[in-house]
Amino acid sequence: MTTDTAATSAKPSREAPPAESKALRKAGDWARRAPLLPALIFVIVMTQLPFAATLVISFMNWNAYYPDERGFAGFDNFARVFTDTNTRQAVVVTIVLTVAVVLISLVLGLLIAMLLDRKFLGRGIVRTMMITPFLIVPVAAALLWKHALYNPEYGLFNGLLTTVFGDNAPQPDWITNNPLWAIIVALVWQWTPFMMLILLAGLQSRPLDVVEAARIDGASSWQIFRHMTLPHLRQYIELSGLLGAIYVVQNFDHVFTITSGGLGTANLPYFIYQTFYTAQDYGRASAAGVVVVLGTLIIAMAALRTVFTIFKEESR
Amino acid sequence: MSEQTVTGPAADDEAATKAHLAKVGKPEGPRNNRLLTLLAWVVGLLFVAPVLWMVLTSFHSETDAASNPPHWFAPLSLEGYKSFFGAGPWPPLLNSLTASVVSTVLVLLLAFPAAYALSIRPVKKWTDVMFFFLSTKMLPIVAGLLPIYLFAQQFRLLDTIWLLIILYTSMNLPIAIWMLQSFLAEVPAEMLEAAQVDGAGLIRTLRSIIAPVVMPGLASAALICFIFSWNELLLARVLTGTVAGTAPVFLTGFVTSQGLFLAQVCAASLVVSLPVLAAGFAAQDKLVQGLSMGAVK
Repeated sequence: MTTDTAATSAKPSREAPPAESKALRKAGDWARRAPLLPALIFVIVMTQLPFAATLVISFMNWNAYYPDERGFAGFDNFARVFTDTNTRQAVVVTIVLTVAVVLISLVLGLLIAMLLDRKFLGRGIVRTMMITPFLIVPVAAALLWKHALYNPEYGLFNGLLTTVFGDNAPQPDWITNNPLWAIIVALVWQWTPFMMLILLAGLQSRPLDVVEAARIDGASSWQIFRHMTLPHLRQYIELSGLLGAIYVVQNFDHVFTITSGGLGTANLPYFIYQTFYTAQDYGRASAAGVVVVLGTLIIAMAALRTVFTIFKEESR
Repeated sequence: MSEQTVTGPAADDEAATKAHLAKVGKPEGPRNNRLLTLLAWVVGLLFVAPVLWMVLTSFHSETDAASNPPHWFAPLSLEGYKSFFGAGPWPPLLNSLTASVVSTVLVLLLAFPAAYALSIRPVKKWTDVMFFFLSTKMLPIVAGLLPIYLFAQQFRLLDTIWLLIILYTSMNLPIAIWMLQSFLAEVPAEMLEAAQVDGAGLIRTLRSIIAPVVMPGLASAALICFIFSWNELLLARVLTGTVAGTAPVFLTGFVTSQGLFLAQVCAASLVVSLPVLAAGFAAQDKLVQGLSMGAVK
C-alpha cells in the first residue's frame, strides 16, 4: 500500500493499475514537480541571474561617470579591491564586526538561555522582555542607540553619568571615541535575543530524564553542563552562530545609521553601497561584491552542513 | 522545607543528595530560586531598558527629552508624535504595508505548493532542492544589488513598489518554504489518502484538506515574512525614492532633514517598529522556527 501511494501522482490517477506503465509514472513525476516549479524558477531567476551579472561586471571597467571607458578589465578590479587601503579596511572591519558581534551575543545568549531554561516567577514576562530588542526595526534600533543612548549631550548614558556623579561627571562622546564598538554594542543588543531563542529551543529539547539521572548519580552541575548539555547544544550553538554570522556579515542598517561608514567603520556591504551608489564605480563595486560572496560562502557551507545534520536527525 | 521533613533510615543518604542538589542549583531550592528570579529579571530589564527609555522619551516634550540629567518624571506630552505625524509619514507607512503584505501573500502562494512537493509525496532529491533554497538565503543581497538596479533603471521600475514586492518575495520565499515544509510533513497521511479516494485534485487538496490543518504554520510563516519585509532597508534605500520609499527609508531621511529632535526620533522609531513588535509577540513561540529557517522546532 505504501508503494502504491508513493507511486500515485499528485493528481489522482483514479484506480492506478497494479503495474503502472512507465509513461504513467513519468506523468506522475511531472504532476509531482509541477507545484514546485513556480517557486524554484522564481528563486533561480531572482538570485542566480543578478549574481551572474555581478560576476560579469566585476571583470569590466565600468564607471557610470566615464561611460566611454567601458570595457573588459580582466582582474584589475579584483587587484584594486585587494590593494586599495579602503577596501582592505572594509574587509578587516567586516571580520572584526562579525566575529565580535557573533561571539559576544553567542556567549550572552547562552548564559541567558540557561537562565531562562529554569523555572522561576514571571519567566514568560522575562522571555518577552528579552525578545523585544530583536523586534525593533533595525534602523529604528540604530537610531535609538545613536540619538537616545550614545548622544554626548542628551543621550541616556551621559545622563545617567550626570545623575550618579553630579555635574562634574565625565561626558564621553561614545560614538567618536569608539566608533566600531558603538556599532558592535548596538548589534549585540539586537542579536543576543536571536542566539538566546535558538539556544533555549535547544536546551528545552534536551532529554531531561537523563540529566536528572546524572544528577542523582552525583554529577556536578559543571560536569552535567560540560559532558551533557554542551555536546547536545553544540549543533544549536553552531547553527545560531553561523546564521547570526550570515546576517551580521550583511549588516548595512547599523553602519549606515550610526556612523555612515565614517571613522573607519565602513564594512563591505556599506563599502559596496558607497562604491556603486555614490562613486558609481560599477566594476569595482561588483568585484567587492564577489569577494563578499566568496567570504560568505565559507560561512554558508558550514551553516548548511549544520542545518543539514539537524534536519536529517529531525526527519528521521 | 524539604530538608527538615526528611527522617527515617535512609535519611542521611537522602539528605546528602538533597543538600547536594540544593548546592548544584536544582530549580526547587527556594533561596536559589529567589536569586535566580532576581537575576533573570535584572537581565531581562537590562535588555528591555533601551526600549522603555525610547517609549518614555517619545512621550516627553523636546526640551524634557533633551535634558541632561534626564527628567524621568517630566509631564507627558504628545509633541513627538505630533511632529512625526505632521512630517507626512503616511505614504511611506502605506508603502511598507503594501510591500510587506503583498509580498507575503505572493510568498505563501508560491511556497505552499512548493512545500507540498517537498514534503508530502516529495519529488526526487527533495533534500537537495531544500538546500538550494536555503543557500540562496545566504547569498548577500548587496552582491546582486547592482544588476538589479541597472535592470530596474532600464525598465523604469526604479522607485516603484512593484520592484520591492518582487524582491521581497524572492528574499523571503526560501524561509517560507523551509518553515512550511516542516509543517506539512506533519499532516497525517490518512487525511491525504482519504482526499485521494474522494478524487480531490491538487488545488482542492491544498485548499480544503491541508491548509486548515497547517493554518498555524501558514500564519507564522506569514508573520516572519512580514517582519523581514517591513525591516528591510538596503534594497528600499537604493531602489526607491520619493514615491515608493518605505518606512525605514523615511526614518533615515526624516532624521537627517529634521535634525536632532529626540522625542520625535523616538516616537517615529516606535511607530515604525509597532507592527513588528505586535507580529513578533503574537508569533513568539514560532519565531525560533522561522529564524532558524525551520531547522529548529
